Formats: sequence, structure tokens, C-alpha cells
Amino acid sequence: MKRVRVEIRLKPGHFDPEGDVTAKSLRDLGFAVSKVGVSKAYTIDLEAKSDSEAVEAANAMCKKLLANPTKDNFSVEVLKVEEGTHREGK
Amino acid sequence: MKLKQAKACVLRVGGTNCDLEVSSALTELGIGTDVLHMNQAIKKGLSDYQMLVFPGGFSYGDYVRAGAIWGKELVTRLGKELQRFIDEEKLVLGICNGFQVLVETGALPGDGASVSGIPSAVLANNNSSKYECRWVRLRVESKRTPFTSTLNKDQVIMVPVGHGEGRLLLQSQGMLEELIDDKQVVFRYALEDGSPAGGKYPENPNGAIFDIAGICNKKGNVMGMMPHPERAFYGWQLPSWGVAPPEFGDGRAIFEGAINYIKKM
Repeated sequence: MKRVRVEIRLKPGHFDPEGDVTAKSLRDLGFAVSKVGVSKAYTIDLEAKSDSEAVEAANAMCKKLLANPTKDNFSVEVLKVEEGTHREGK
Repeated sequence: MKLKQAKACVLRVGGTNCDLEVSSALTELGIGTDVLHMNQAIKKGLSDYQMLVFPGGFSYGDYVRAGAIWGKELVTRLGKELQRFIDEEKLVLGICNGFQVLVETGALPGDGASVSGIPSAVLANNNSSKYECRWVRLRVESKRTPFTSTLNKDQVIMVPVGHGEGRLLLQSQGMLEELIDDKQVVFRYALEDGSPAGGKYPENPNGAIFDIAGICNKKGNVMGMMPHPERAFYGWQLPSWGVAPPEFGDGRAIFEGAINYIKKM
């Protein structure tokens, strides 16, 4: 079993309303925040023989479902699976 | 085709809404309508139907992205049926979340690839960061699709929106030009004088490119729109309902256009 972390973020230059209101709220709380970018992360456990096979599968997942090519970029990182942290999903 | 022999199907999954309103609108216009869960539709197939409606809501909680999960489920479980339905030039209407779903399947804007599962557009978060739930003005931009056949070009109609992700973005500027040239831009958000909103808020509720509220595929038989015509069907649904409401709202014309097309099938 392999574990990958997939991060989906807006392409540079895309308007990020969620980031902007979050930045405003943080500034209201007194933080010197100039910009917030919101991204979405998925931690995915999957069956793969090697890290490269896991990355390849995760890239395909991004293209087929997790990212929309009009607005999203994505990155994939292989994580170390610590014992006892795997749970069977539905 | 005689209307009595024709049938429409409103599809639903967990999180769908207004399926009954759409069914009521179509039934009122004389076409027998089934509301089917996806699983029922997969068993039954779509060949009995002349019209398919993807209603609004928050299918599968809008997890991942609005309409993404249902869109991909359609491709994998009902893709061939849906492709055939579209190729036979039967009518497909996506309202709000249904529009998002059709974009995620690749059926809209309809650049030829159709139900590919690879989207070439997206309905992104509203510029206002808010859920926009109110009446908007729509300018009829194109009569390319049967859905606007009973309306006039440049006519302004009032239909409500209710969405958090309605900002249409296209993959490229060239694609926008192509949509305009092919008359695939069906509705645009408009100002009081009927001119396009020019991105102005609140008339354009989400910041959609070119004020686009609805588009159709190249053949015109598949249309998606963010506003809800079924919520502007009866006079009593309109903001003026307490004063002197007309018998019907502007949304009715969109369904009437579909019915007229089916009669000619």
C-alpha cells in the first residue's frame, strides 16, 4: 500500500474569492496578512507496486476527477505510511 | 410525435433539488414525466425518453467540485446511453447544479468530444464569495436552441438564481469567441435597460465571463443554465405574487420551447 498527498490549487492569476475573504477575516483579527491562497488536499491510500506507479495513478486521478484543467494546478507527493494510520474507506 | 406518446425524465441523486418542480412544470405542459434516481435510470435506460433534465441542488454534497462527482459517475455508468441520447438530438437540459454536471461530463460547451469526462470549462466560486439567491434579468442572446424558440432575441426575462459556484470560466479566450460565433451563448445577465451586465455586480451575480448565464452545445439540443426556470413557472412564484401576478412566469417559455421541439420530433 502506498500513500500519496494530492494538492489542488488555483492556477496563478485566477481569482480566489475564498482566499480573499479569509485574508480579510485574518486582517480583522489583527494579523498582517497580505494574501491567502486556498487549496484542497487529499490523502489517498492506494495499491501500487512502487512510488512512481503511485504518482502516476494519482496524476491520472487529478486529470479525471480531482482537478478541473480550466482553473486548477495539482501536485502529488508520496507520503510515508506510519503503522496504524491506514483505515479502510468505503 | 404526439405529446401523449412522448416522455421526459428528470434524473436525481443524493443532494438534488427542484426535481419535483421541473416534473410539475413539464407535466403541466402535457408531457408525461418520470423522476428517476440514477440507479433506476441505469437499469431502465434512456431510450423511452425524448427529454432529459438534470435539476439543481448539490449532488453528492458538491464534494471535490460542484457537479464533479455526478458528472464522472454519468460518464462511467451512463456515458454511452447519454452520448446516444445527445447524438439522436434529443433534448438535455441542465439547471444550476445540472449545468455544472453537464460541464463536468464534457457535454457542454460541446466542442465535439461530448461525454468525454474531460471538462473544457468550469463553474467556479462566485466573485462575491457568497451564495447568490435572488431574481436576475436574463437577455436572450441566441435562438440556436429549441429552449429559446418561443422567446425573442434580445428579450429580457426574469428568472431566479441560487448558487455559490456560477462563475463560468472557459479554457481559452478563443473558446469564448467560438461560442459567440456559433451562437452557443444562450442567456446573458442583463442590466435594467436590457443591455449585458458587463460584469457589473449584482446584475451579473457571479462574475461569469461575458455575463454568460446559459450555453448550449453546437447542435443546440443540450443546454445548461445557472438560473432556475422551474422557479419562475407559475405566477404565484414571482416576487409580484401578492399584488397582481400574471398567470405564468418567464421560465415557462423555456419549457414550452422544449415541448414544441418534441412535438416536431
